[in-house]
Amino acid sequence: MEIVYVYIKKRSEFGKQCNFSDRQAELNIDIAPNPELAEQFVERNPVDTGIQCSTSMSEHEANTERFEMETRGVNHIEGGWPKDVNPLELEQTIRFRKKVEKDESYINAITQLGSIMEHCIKQNNAIDIYQEYFDDEDPVEVTEEAPSAKTINVFRDPQEIKRPATHLSWHPDGNRKLAVAYSCLDFQRAPEGMSHDSYIWDLENPNRPEIVLKPSSPLVTLEYNPKDSHVLLGGCYNGQIACWDTRKGSLVAELSTIEFSHRDPVYGTIWLQSKTGTECFSASTDGQVMWWDIRKMSEPTEVVIMDITKKEQLENALGAISLEFESTLPTKFMVGTEQGIVISCNRKAKTSAEKIVCTFAGHHGPIYALQRNPFYPKNFLTVGDWTARIWSEDSRESSIMWTKYHMAYLTDGAWSPVRPAVFFTTKMDGTLDIWDFVFKHCDPALSLKVCDEALFCLRVQDNGGFIACGSKLGTATLLEVSHGLCTLQRNEKNIASSIFERETRREKILEARHREMRLKEKGKAEGKDDDLREEETAVNLEELVAKAEEEFFNVIFAELKKRETEALKKSKPKQPSLEIDQDQEQDQEVEGEDEGEEERDDEETPA
Amino acid sequence: MAEVEETLKRIQTHKGVIGTMVVNAEGIPIRTTLDNSTTVQYAGLLHQLTMKARSTVRDIDPQNDLTFLRIRSKKHEIMVAPDKEYLLIVIQNPCE
Repeated sequence: MEIVYVYIKKRSEFGKQCNFSDRQAELNIDIAPNPELAEQFVERNPVDTGIQCSTSMSEHEANTERFEMETRGVNHIEGGWPKDVNPLELEQTIRFRKKVEKDESYINAITQLGSIMEHCIKQNNAIDIYQEYFDDEDPVEVTEEAPSAKTINVFRDPQEIKRPATHLSWHPDGNRKLAVAYSCLDFQRAPEGMSHDSYIWDLENPNRPEIVLKPSSPLVTLEYNPKDSHVLLGGCYNGQIACWDTRKGSLVAELSTIEFSHRDPVYGTIWLQSKTGTECFSASTDGQVMWWDIRKMSEPTEVVIMDITKKEQLENALGAISLEFESTLPTKFMVGTEQGIVISCNRKAKTSAEKIVCTFAGHHGPIYALQRNPFYPKNFLTVGDWTARIWSEDSRESSIMWTKYHMAYLTDGAWSPVRPAVFFTTKMDGTLDIWDFVFKHCDPALSLKVCDEALFCLRVQDNGGFIACGSKLGTATLLEVSHGLCTLQRNEKNIASSIFERETRREKILEARHREMRLKEKGKAEGKDDDLREEETAVNLEELVAKAEEEFFNVIFAELKKRETEALKKSKPKQPSLEIDQDQEQDQEVEGEDEGEEERDDEETPA
Repeated sequence: MAEVEETLKRIQTHKGVIGTMVVNAEGIPIRTTLDNSTTVQYAGLLHQLTMKARSTVRDIDPQNDLTFLRIRSKKHEIMVAPDKEYLLIVIQNPCE
């Protein structure tokens, strides 16, 4: 330590009083003005200065003593009699009254007021102005407000390396918490140092997650146990199943052994309705569906292989990417596969081969979401590739209702738990679509851009009013939908069921028709020569392929052109002649497209 | 004098009228068909309300003035016809 300054003072001098003394003024420094310096300056004339012409004010604060105030009323029992009249004396009061009544102004006033009053009394007697008309009809709940949804809260991933939110689960009691699973699903492209943690958020506190779950491998799915709100089930990226108890902490409570777990990321985990509340099952793209009891996670209680040829070969199995289980139909479950096929299975079948009941094929890509309608469990929603489709269990060949092909890939979908005709879908361009097919068939009732990045998952709260969506950068957005979308409309159940029935019937008729056509063709083909038939089929195939390609490109170009002309039309609204031409062109193009599509469809069905 | 009597009697005998009263600006009931305490209560409260209503109307449009005040409640309707000095108050049970 350096000694900077030493100050020495005698001890006897401490506390000594200071003796000040006067002395004469001394001139220390006298600096005369240097005229040479003036050369460096130029006189400035005029000079601009700003001044303010306002009253100068100063602000003072004063704290007065608290003045307590109370509001009180006074109840008069007797009117304000003049001084000379004693209110208790009947005579005096009568005399006073008589005097007033003799007053001329009194007479005039009363006559005038009387006539007004009579008019109103008669009015009252004539008609009841507050009568409730149309009282016998039910209050029509016409929601005149347009459907809307607004963002309430956004929960951002606190990690620096952002991971997509792949699954969301609401807390079963009271829905005050949201469990979000984060993992990077790009094959082997998870960045170095990406955290494996998943979080449970409290809705009131979006700044920090309430509980952190630390698995050994990132979680792809996460589900709360509907019976026990402290227990969560997670499916890991490495195929293991993990179980947490939030009372015990953030480390895994139970973990399945690697040898008996899945070989691919676990994409679907659902809790089963059982007496013990500890059973669950999981599905993965390795083609297996496994049942577990969380008390004993060392090996699954049951394994079913998703082989639709019913030979139970793992090599033929289809990768499962979504799982569906409805507690009202406990023996059945459905699996959505990567190949675009939905497999409906029966758990209680005697032989393993019979476990797979039937398949529904219709999507071109993996089926990311699969859910039965909570009101009509026979109908279920699948979301995959660029469409969302509604199926009926009765109609196996095709879906009964489907949306048009969107511009972006659909990533997740769910039914609304309160309205049978409303479902939600999320897309890769970050939009959330709310479909209400009682209101509109061809377009979503509401399309909301939630964020700029892709939305990966969606979960609706049990009351139907809140939706949580997870995005590619790990942000979970909480939205509230307008009242009309989460209250059951009058007659909606009937309308929805009649729509389902009507579409199912239509599909059945089409199915029957197709079957007839196929039988007819088979009959025709068998009648011809074998060789000829083979050549023809070979030639036909090439021709068909070439024709299909040509038409495909034509349709694409026509569509692009249509979009360009539409864009032009929008930027130049004041050229009516051009518009007419464009309209005609568009009409022709639309017709051409329709024809092209129809032909393609026809070709696909016989092939 | 007789007209006043006639008018008040006529008003009182209309269908549904429960009570009629004439009160002056000081709250003294000049003529009333109800008991004194009720009358005084009505007088005091309605006088203030009428003043407030009148000042509201005149604040919005100084050339306007209050001609009539009607208070519809669950049980009955109170009608107040204000004047410079007096108030004519009628309580009626509107027939439904």
